[in-house]
Amino acid sequence: MKEILVLSGKGGTGKTTVLASFAALPENAVLCDCDVDAPNLHLLLEPVIRETHEFYGLQVAHIDSEECNECGLCVDACRFEAIRGFQIDPLACEGCGLCARVCPLEDISMRDTLVGHWYVSNTKYGPLVHARLRAAQENSGKLVMAVRKRARELAQETGAAFILSDGPPGIGCPAISSLSGASEALIVSEPSLSGIHDLERVLGLCRNFSVRPLVCINKYDLSDENSRRIEDHCGDVGVEVVGRIPFDPDVNSAIVQGRPVVETSDGAASREIRALWEAIATCPVP
Amino acid sequence: MILSVASGKGGTGKTLVATSLALSLEGQMPVQLLDCDVEEPNAHILLRPAIDSSEPVTVPVPVVDKETCTYCGLCSEVCAYNAIAVAGRTVLVFRELCHGCGACSYVCPAGAISEVGREVGTIESGHAGGICFAAGRLNVGEAMAGPVIRAVKRLADSKATVILDAPPGTSCPVVETIRGSDFCLLVTEPTPFGLSDLTIAVEVAREINVPCGVVINRDGAGHDGVERYCAQEGIPVLMRIPFDRRIAEAYCRGETLAACMPSWQEAFRELFDRVRGLAAVGSAS
Repeated sequence: MKEILVLSGKGGTGKTTVLASFAALPENAVLCDCDVDAPNLHLLLEPVIRETHEFYGLQVAHIDSEECNECGLCVDACRFEAIRGFQIDPLACEGCGLCARVCPLEDISMRDTLVGHWYVSNTKYGPLVHARLRAAQENSGKLVMAVRKRARELAQETGAAFILSDGPPGIGCPAISSLSGASEALIVSEPSLSGIHDLERVLGLCRNFSVRPLVCINKYDLSDENSRRIEDHCGDVGVEVVGRIPFDPDVNSAIVQGRPVVETSDGAASREIRALWEAIATCPVP
Repeated sequence: MILSVASGKGGTGKTLVATSLALSLEGQMPVQLLDCDVEEPNAHILLRPAIDSSEPVTVPVPVVDKETCTYCGLCSEVCAYNAIAVAGRTVLVFRELCHGCGACSYVCPAGAISEVGREVGTIESGHAGGICFAAGRLNVGEAMAGPVIRAVKRLADSKATVILDAPPGTSCPVVETIRGSDFCLLVTEPTPFGLSDLTIAVEVAREINVPCGVVINRDGAGHDGVERYCAQEGIPVLMRIPFDRRIAEAYCRGETLAACMPSWQEAFRELFDRVRGLAAVGSAS
């Protein structure tokens, strides 16, 4: 079984467009959306939810203000600037519990918080494991781990050949949680100076976690010069460029229709994504 | 005033708007741009600032003195992040998991735990013409953006118009960035992706009581869902940037809208005037 994760570093380069099209191509894949704070994959796959699970994050402190004598020890102890006016800001609290320990009146309790839900859905392309972190919550990395764990179980139960995961932007906690243990990371890049800068950082992340990266350049014809720079850079660091997707208005039309572009179009982008899938599906696991 | 530029969905044009706004206000008032997208900072690519200082950002992590440690295991019990473990006569510290809360050193009955700073990122600061600039940069492989974002925001100059370029998403790094802003501009695109992530971003802004308005980028290239949503929710659409391949190509070369099409500068100044009015209303209510 191959677990292929699509990452990008920079947001909006086309991760979900590519992954949703991949989802539509093989017969036996489990699909997984690791972007839990701004998920989009479900918008292209028409999922019907069959399991809903609650997800609890780190505990959050709560001051019982009836007893509180405003001594200020908790405010001094908190390193997250989460106690203001003797109220806990639940969005700043990182759940360490130090305030509860320093409070001489034992007036601070730690409470469980529901930070999101995760789901298993049926789609016509196979099962989809996805999640939704509640707005402004933390612990997206742990929610990503829960989603990936369920996707692996499903893949084992169904004998799936692939787990196809849509990753989050960035290189921080959710990206790390998505990446560790994946067989391969397909980095969707774009030929902008920002795209190149961010690609270099996400390649560094793959090296750190020993996952082989492959690169595809989306909208490569927006700047042939920058696309060449990406290819040169990848050549220098020994990373293979496996696809070059041209700018194609059909991609945007497909998103607006809520469908994978390989199903709505036979245009240049669609053809290149199909070829890219063939290259990735058949490429041996390192 | 502090104005944050966020989006929910990545790649909608946050940095394009933040930098263009900064360039359009330059010379009219003191302007500071702080790049809070510390995982993938990009504002420097468009503004090309001269960087004159680079400071490390550190998080305190525990160091256990083997001589005084009694291996009682209390530190491990209190750690909410499983960042410290006692196995027999060994104490293991998993530095990447440590949030630097200080609970372990507080509870240690033997006084065996001290703290040292561990570098998780850097803050680069300097100037781009008349714009005061700083950016946070999380070290590759580090998970926690929060401490770096807090460090960049500490540089905010209360006498300047401060523009914060936020990271994508809707979770802790975004909250960390826009918390305390007088206004938040949400840059989106007129597609189902843009709309879905915009609705979550609006929930975030409302949750932390920051008034918001919308900039629609690539206007005309999608559907009218974003416009209908904004009308329904009473969220002002403050600017529409048309879908134009020339803008995308200029961005690829690292050019802002304000620089490649200077006629936009007036539009950004008008945008800022409206934001200032809306922020004043927001703080009065």
